[in-house]
Amino acid sequence: MIIQALLAQLDRTGRIFIAVLLGALVLVPLANFALPESSAFHVPTHIVALTGKYLCYAVLALSLDLVWGYCGILSLGHGAFFALGGYAMGMYLMRQIGPRGVYGNPVLPDFMVFLNYKELPWFWYGFDMFPFAIAMAVLVPGLLAFVFGWLAFRSRVTGVYLSIITQAMTYALLLAFFRNDMGFGGNNGLTDFKDLLGFNIQAQGTRVVLYMLSVLLLLAAFLLGRYVVTSTYGKVLVAIRDAESRTRFIGYRVEHYKLLVFTLSAMLAGLAGALYVPQVGIINPSEFAPTNSIEAVIWVAVGGRGTLTGAALGAVLVNGFKSMFTTGALAPYWLFALGGLFILVTLVLPKGILGALSGIGKGWQWRALESARHEDTGDLTTASPDPAPQGQGNATRAAA
Amino acid sequence: MLRSVPIFRLLALAAIVLNCGLAIAGPYEDALKRFSADSFGETEIAIKDMAASGAQGALPALEALQAGRLSVAGDTVFYLDGNGQATDAATGSRLAGIPADGKVVRLNNRLRRALENALGGLTLFSKDPARRLQAAEALFKSKDTNALPGLEKAISAEPVPAVKKALVEAEAAIMLARPANTAEALGAIRTLRERGDQEALAQLNVAATSLADPAVRSAAEAAVAAIAQRQKLLSVVQNVWYGLSLGSVLLLAAIGLSITFGVMGIINMAHGEMVMLGAYATFLTQEMFRAYAPGWFDWSLAAAIPVAFLLAAAVGVVIERGIIRFLYGRPLETLLATFGVSLILQQSIRTLFGPTNREVTAPAFMSGNFDLFGLSIAYGRMWIIVFTLAVFAFLLFLLKATPLGLRMRAVTQNRRMAASMGIRTAFVDSATFALGSGIAGVAGVALSQIDNVSPNLGQSYIIDSFMVVVFGGVGNLWGTLVSAFALGIGNKFLEPVAGAVLAKIAILVCLILFIQKRPSGLFALKGRAVEQ
Repeated sequence: MIIQALLAQLDRTGRIFIAVLLGALVLVPLANFALPESSAFHVPTHIVALTGKYLCYAVLALSLDLVWGYCGILSLGHGAFFALGGYAMGMYLMRQIGPRGVYGNPVLPDFMVFLNYKELPWFWYGFDMFPFAIAMAVLVPGLLAFVFGWLAFRSRVTGVYLSIITQAMTYALLLAFFRNDMGFGGNNGLTDFKDLLGFNIQAQGTRVVLYMLSVLLLLAAFLLGRYVVTSTYGKVLVAIRDAESRTRFIGYRVEHYKLLVFTLSAMLAGLAGALYVPQVGIINPSEFAPTNSIEAVIWVAVGGRGTLTGAALGAVLVNGFKSMFTTGALAPYWLFALGGLFILVTLVLPKGILGALSGIGKGWQWRALESARHEDTGDLTTASPDPAPQGQGNATRAAA
Repeated sequence: MLRSVPIFRLLALAAIVLNCGLAIAGPYEDALKRFSADSFGETEIAIKDMAASGAQGALPALEALQAGRLSVAGDTVFYLDGNGQATDAATGSRLAGIPADGKVVRLNNRLRRALENALGGLTLFSKDPARRLQAAEALFKSKDTNALPGLEKAISAEPVPAVKKALVEAEAAIMLARPANTAEALGAIRTLRERGDQEALAQLNVAATSLADPAVRSAAEAAVAAIAQRQKLLSVVQNVWYGLSLGSVLLLAAIGLSITFGVMGIINMAHGEMVMLGAYATFLTQEMFRAYAPGWFDWSLAAAIPVAFLLAAAVGVVIERGIIRFLYGRPLETLLATFGVSLILQQSIRTLFGPTNREVTAPAFMSGNFDLFGLSIAYGRMWIIVFTLAVFAFLLFLLKATPLGLRMRAVTQNRRMAASMGIRTAFVDSATFALGSGIAGVAGVALSQIDNVSPNLGQSYIIDSFMVVVFGGVGNLWGTLVSAFALGIGNKFLEPVAGAVLAKIAILVCLILFIQKRPSGLFALKGRAVEQ
């Protein structure tokens, strides 16, 4: 019944997406376990782990699409929520090492012994329990997003300004986590993990299960996102994206709507981070780098914002290319390719790959380029999902 | 020529005779005679007497003794110079040959110590004022009572005021260590109080706790308090200065952005890379100077300014024409596209010049420090502040007092109206963006002096620059100026309390909170143009 109701909500792309995910959930582990290594279809374990990592990125992209694609909040600090979730998981994994560390201290992680900590800092308490760590991986980013969003949306910080202060937020966190005194391992971060819930983190089985969990998380995130954006609440979000002031004048409490979706998105990002860390085996402050957050934005833009599926697709595609590029002889040219991708997508594919695919029938998007020029009349690109504050503001004034 | 030679000889002879005439009666020559005894005790007395005599020949003779080059042959005391020539210590005249029965004067540790003290006192009479100053400072620290008579002689003979002051201070320090009477001690305290630095403070502290005389003690305590007060004030002034210095760097980095972001509303994430291009332009210009005009090297920075401006402005025009003009009115997209540009620019520079730091040298006028009321000021920092203010003034003039500036402001405020009045808005857009980029390039010239010239140079400034512009109020040059200096000074005052990183975090958090309170910055522009 529920499944039927859910499926009824989905469009064609959504159904394909779910089918692909379910296929990946079953086939990849099968190809890893059942097929012999000599087989052409055998998937080596490190590829499974790599794919799991991409899927975590996809969840991050999806959470970003929720706020940017559907509510027009371009967050350049979503990497911070992802990293905070990662740190929560990292702390749990550190506590699991126990006396097996280099210094053999049963309570204190190695770096604390090294830095002459006498006892565990208060914020490390409880992280020996898995449920607590998972809760923190969701709640800490959620709380940060709530406080940050409450302050920002209440005072109507929008558009570019919001982007800049989210960037400042993740930058401040980057600086903070680099400090040894913070008690999070300084610039080395947390690493040398041993096991997760008693399972060896390096083992093939654990890695495959983590991969499957990533698929399931992406699936759940997609269904949740789908549920949110198709609900009445989601319609209001889109209204806010397209004409914030009008929505406010109609009587909606815009800041509440924004705050909820921002917090929800941050929690999702935190969860993605928590699943990411055991698969890559390390978390360090560079995850907070503003560049990471901006890269996440480009995944969404490449796939097509405001589609959810596109965001996930973009994350996997861009990271797949990145891995291909940076491991081969083309490594020095990766930044050229990424930079070119940024420019190309914004200029030629404003609606991303999915948008272009669905727009093939209607012709290319070149027209959007021209119509975007010098807009202060408010007639900006009805085709584009971009909120375009300038045009919108003028429209509002006209309405007022 | 030929006739003058004998006259010179005569003069030289006369000088020698005169010298000898004086020397025979003088204590210096009496002291020299003691070396013949070949006993450590006599040698020690000889060293002390030589030092006390203050004679011209004493310094080279004692230095030779220290180096083990002073010998005695009968009654003649002589030393060998670097060429192996023998010089008579008594007269300072060259000996015909090295006396055959010369014996090197022996030293032991006790003598070496005495010798060192004696030399310290003697350099007080050196011909070089810098050495005299050095000797005075050394005495100020060692507080050697034995040097007192020599010091007094030196004070009365000293022609240079700065050296004389140092000598008087050294005398005061020695006197305060073992004061003979209250008046002397009070005088010494006054002198040290005027000196007022960390060392004077330390000596006064010792005096305030160790001396018996209550009047002296209270005077010393008062002096300590006064110096501490002054040092506190000085540290505040110093923080302000450092803050101005940091603020000027922030302003330099942000000022181009206040044109592109503030005036045009373009989120140019490649702004930092424009700064970086400017720094590399400086590097290239300097290399050219090194290769083709090394004599003019001090002018290389000045020459780099137009080069950097043109390079960055040209790149800016390409970016504007090629990318940004398609994205006007869509600021978030501009942000992404220009971020892509920044990645490409970084990687291009990395490919061309390699990932390592390139060295940019400071010209002579920018290196070194000078002292201003006890504040040490680096020339480089000072020039950067001056330069920043000059760039700011130039930009202000350009925007407020030239036809181009008028058009820029017109297009910013109302594009369609401006177009209707016959302004070529597309051209003005390009010009404005080129100007902002060019200014960023010029900033790179200055920043190359204080930062590493590497492909990552720009990235470290981009967030700070945006913060400065947003804090000051978008579209307001004066706001940018005030905000840059406010942030710089605020940072430097927080640093001693919280440490550099925490101070920066605190500033960022404050800024985030501030933007909540006043989303349009410190000095918001009034009117419809900014209300979006």
